[in-house]
Amino acid sequence: MKKSDIPQDESALKGWTREVFYAKNDDGKYEAGLSTGWSVKKDALDGAWDEVNKNVEDARQQVVAGKLSPIYYYMELRLMDVGVLAQYVGFWKWRVKRHFNPTIFKKLSDDVLQKYADVFEIDVEQLKNFK
Amino acid sequence: MQAFKHYQAAHCENGVTVGLLKQVGLEQITEPLAFGIGSGLFYIEIPFLKLQSGPAISFRTFPGNIFKRTCKAFDVKLVTKKYRDEVKAMSELDELLAKGISVGSQVGVFHLTYYPKAYRFHFNAHNLIVFGKEGNDYLVSDPVMEDTTTLSQQALRKVRFAKGVLAPKGHIYYPTSIGVVTQDKLIAAIRSGIKRNCRDMLRIPASFIGTSGINYTAKNIRKWKDKLGDRKAALYLGQIVRMQEEIGTGGGGFRYLYAAFLEEAAAITGNDDLLLVSEKMTKAGDMWRDSAVQMAGIYKGRLSAQSDYNHSAAILNEISDLEKEAFRQLDKIKI
Repeated sequence: MKKSDIPQDESALKGWTREVFYAKNDDGKYEAGLSTGWSVKKDALDGAWDEVNKNVEDARQQVVAGKLSPIYYYMELRLMDVGVLAQYVGFWKWRVKRHFNPTIFKKLSDDVLQKYADVFEIDVEQLKNFK
Repeated sequence: MQAFKHYQAAHCENGVTVGLLKQVGLEQITEPLAFGIGSGLFYIEIPFLKLQSGPAISFRTFPGNIFKRTCKAFDVKLVTKKYRDEVKAMSELDELLAKGISVGSQVGVFHLTYYPKAYRFHFNAHNLIVFGKEGNDYLVSDPVMEDTTTLSQQALRKVRFAKGVLAPKGHIYYPTSIGVVTQDKLIAAIRSGIKRNCRDMLRIPASFIGTSGINYTAKNIRKWKDKLGDRKAALYLGQIVRMQEEIGTGGGGFRYLYAAFLEEAAAITGNDDLLLVSEKMTKAGDMWRDSAVQMAGIYKGRLSAQSDYNHSAAILNEISDLEKEAFRQLDKIKI
């Protein structure tokens, strides 16, 4: 690739940084250049976010329908899986999974809820009163 | 120790390696040299593992290898530490900074406050350099950025103790001294970096690693449409392109970087045969990008036939052949 062909498409890098890209200069020698982004990459990243947003919306509906607890919703919203969430709150995975059950969730102490709230960076109230 | 100078790089670990080693006086080091001496080029699709519910593919060697190998090649003495105690991890960092030592730090990007939200996934193998402290703020050199930035005490602590796969556990590292760097040593470093990279790409006996690993992914791609359905199969292809091209992960980009390394290596060693392999790696980089464009046709919904998946796979087969040929040729060159 020639330095003049380094893609300069609009992307999520906008307003933050440009990325380094190695390409050939006019003398045919490699040199570092800068790129504002590439549409092919942008589309892949946008696709990944569409999937995240879909999962979050699915989770929200399941919580509203009373099938899963708000902990599940916030886990999805924060892009976590059970393994990551369990490490952050410091519980075993099976215990976190139990807390997805709305009946068990309702009986959780404020201390336990506070741990989740801290990890999700929200108030306990937002867990208790899911909108 | 010299004053710290920010060095922007295509990949975070290369950038940290260059930034830290320049500080102990390794003036000759560049990003392509660090990448080549550290045998950075790689390919692996880890079977049965899914990342963000897509295939787990890497185009580079395992995190930490490039830095470790480059340090070893130049007899650099290193200190590396991990912590259980978060308070101690921060206070020891403060002590190092007070002595004027710049420190490499492994962090998770999810809570990295200066990152745009679009890039903030739970990825824990990012590297940056902390080179000072002003009041409550740490001065940070993140190699993917054009300029330096800052992180608050609270924010740095959070990213140093991110959780999940490859959790950094406060991991820090810094060089303390370096041996005498002669032209012979530089050439020896290049030679061993190349030998090791040929081994990694050609001779690891696992079908999912190296040049044969690219065929392994191609074989999987041919099955995705039937096995996963259109939506999921398209997402999987999108994931390949993200792993390949997204900031700091770079498949196509890494092939260009390796081509740049071979060019520098040819100038240092005076062996022009390396330039022929450099040309092939450039071609491989171009083909990775062509394959990304073709895959984008599918994940953008323009293409969806089985023949389109087969086409994507066929491009990967061609890349595998080309990289196999390039590394075989490289393997035979006497430096």
